[in-house]
Amino acid sequence: MSTTARVHAARHGNRVRRSWWRTAIGVVLTLVMLFPVYWMVNVSLTPRTAIRAGRLFPASPTLEHYAIVLREQLPHLLTSVVVGLGTVALTLVVAAPAGYALSRLLLPGRRVLNFLLIVAQMIPAVVMALGFYSIYSRLGVLDTIPGLILADSTIAVPFGVMLFVAFMSGIPRELLQAAQIDGASHWRTFRSVVLPVSRNSAVTVALFAFLWAWSDFLFASTLNRGGGSLRPITMGIYDYIGSQNQEWGPMMATAVVACVPTAILLVVAQRYVAAGVTAGAVKD
Amino acid sequence: MWFVKTSSAAVLAAPTEADEVVVPPRARRRIRPTTWAALGFVAPLLVYVVVLYAYPLYENVSMSLHRFTRATYVTGEAPFTGLDVYREVIASPQFWTTVRQTTVFVVVSLVVQYVGGLALAAFFRRSFPLSSLLRALFLVPWLMPIIVSGTTWQWMMDADSGVLNRFLGLVGIDPVWWLNADHALASVTIANIWLGIPFNLVILYSGMQGIPDELYEAASLDGAGAWRQFWSITFPMLRPVSAITLLLGFVYTLKVVDIIWIMTMGTGSSQTLATWAYSMAFGKGSSAVIKYSEASVVGTILLVVALVMGFVYLAAQRRQEER
Repeated sequence: MSTTARVHAARHGNRVRRSWWRTAIGVVLTLVMLFPVYWMVNVSLTPRTAIRAGRLFPASPTLEHYAIVLREQLPHLLTSVVVGLGTVALTLVVAAPAGYALSRLLLPGRRVLNFLLIVAQMIPAVVMALGFYSIYSRLGVLDTIPGLILADSTIAVPFGVMLFVAFMSGIPRELLQAAQIDGASHWRTFRSVVLPVSRNSAVTVALFAFLWAWSDFLFASTLNRGGGSLRPITMGIYDYIGSQNQEWGPMMATAVVACVPTAILLVVAQRYVAAGVTAGAVKD
Repeated sequence: MWFVKTSSAAVLAAPTEADEVVVPPRARRRIRPTTWAALGFVAPLLVYVVVLYAYPLYENVSMSLHRFTRATYVTGEAPFTGLDVYREVIASPQFWTTVRQTTVFVVVSLVVQYVGGLALAAFFRRSFPLSSLLRALFLVPWLMPIIVSGTTWQWMMDADSGVLNRFLGLVGIDPVWWLNADHALASVTIANIWLGIPFNLVILYSGMQGIPDELYEAASLDGAGAWRQFWSITFPMLRPVSAITLLLGFVYTLKVVDIIWIMTMGTGSSQTLATWAYSMAFGKGSSAVIKYSEASVVGTILLVVALVMGFVYLAAQRRQEER
């Protein structure tokens, strides 16, 4: 081994030792940050009688609270799935073609539209809820699932359009020109070239639209208050808060179940999310 | 770089793209067919914006200019009052208290989230074993439904059995009545900071990835330590990204309802403009009587602030593009 190589190796070893140091700090920081998440899981596994003792570990873990979730929350979970899927469908149908028009076709006034989309994301949801409430009660669509889907989609549509715009303007021009030379109409080009190429960004938009609709509390608690079992899971959890004797066990168990989409998004979908991000949105 | 796109991060990257489409001269001559096609593709969005944004917002503003009561929905009568309700709301004793609490909530949340996010981003800037996994885990609070975080914090802050008070007890501090009227503002701010740190981390981290490595190499050849490098390179280079992070953070914090509502129902010192509007319209928490007009007045004020911030955002973005 030459001297330089040895020096190099020593330095490398040094750096590795230093970065394990960083890993240790990083792990501690992450544990602190995720403590509430751990606490939720902990409470959800603690027997009813032991919850107030607040032990750091579930000494005798139980699934009794999850049994209650299965008994009480299935309709809410199902409603949330339906609302989520409806929101995804609506968001994609509106956002994908608009993304194509804004990125690839010379839409007049696209700057104004871009500005409106930015502002749309800044509008307080409570303002939207007030407006929706007034309109919905006049039209008699309060406490309906389609009504909630329409409202929930407003969280995702501006984001969806912007993500599609960012991605679709990165599609090589030759690809689209080739289609046009073959005599494809704009619609044809969109359907058989643009859409298939944009699949990953569509998945990204869909995942977030689903997650946001699934997580929505504000629209559900205003536009869907009287919906009974046709209210989403967020309201299922909220019911526990309102009840006289707060049942923390079932509540935390429901909360854990309500985190399933979050977990899926983090684990399964990383690939798609990464693809959507690196392909389009990261410009410089 | 895998981290999740925020809606705002998409905003950071998206809007300039469309302007880069070069118009070949041939296309210019027959612009009409393309324009028609563009209009066709964008039509669903236009309809959507009018029906699901403009209409509810119009409704909100209109309610703020009429005197709406619960009875209005039965009788259909809501006399036009102009700015009367605005005057009443601003003159009410609650208004300035709420503005002050909102300011505290927003400013403290923003500052701590930003500083925390910046420190974490700097920590994660250079990768180390497990760094991408840990960074991914940091996103969990942000991707969890807020009802979940809110209820968990509420239980952790329970005065008798909450784990926070138990920790405090270990170091000899008396139990804190976290969620009572006096401490409610501090408690919801803590929870909100926890929620907002991932967002700041993501955006600032991606901003840091854009700073060329050569700058750091040159600085360390000159003998600048990590601290010095941060203040002379990272922080100044990050200024545009910081501005946008803070601006978006401001807008997002101002409109927060759910975390506060779930933890305290906006009672006591935790009432902000947004939760006030919510409670007046939907009649729970601190306001037992339904007051649609008053609620939409507060809502319209928030809306105007959001609009102004939209313009500021656009101006900031323009300036960044010109560089």
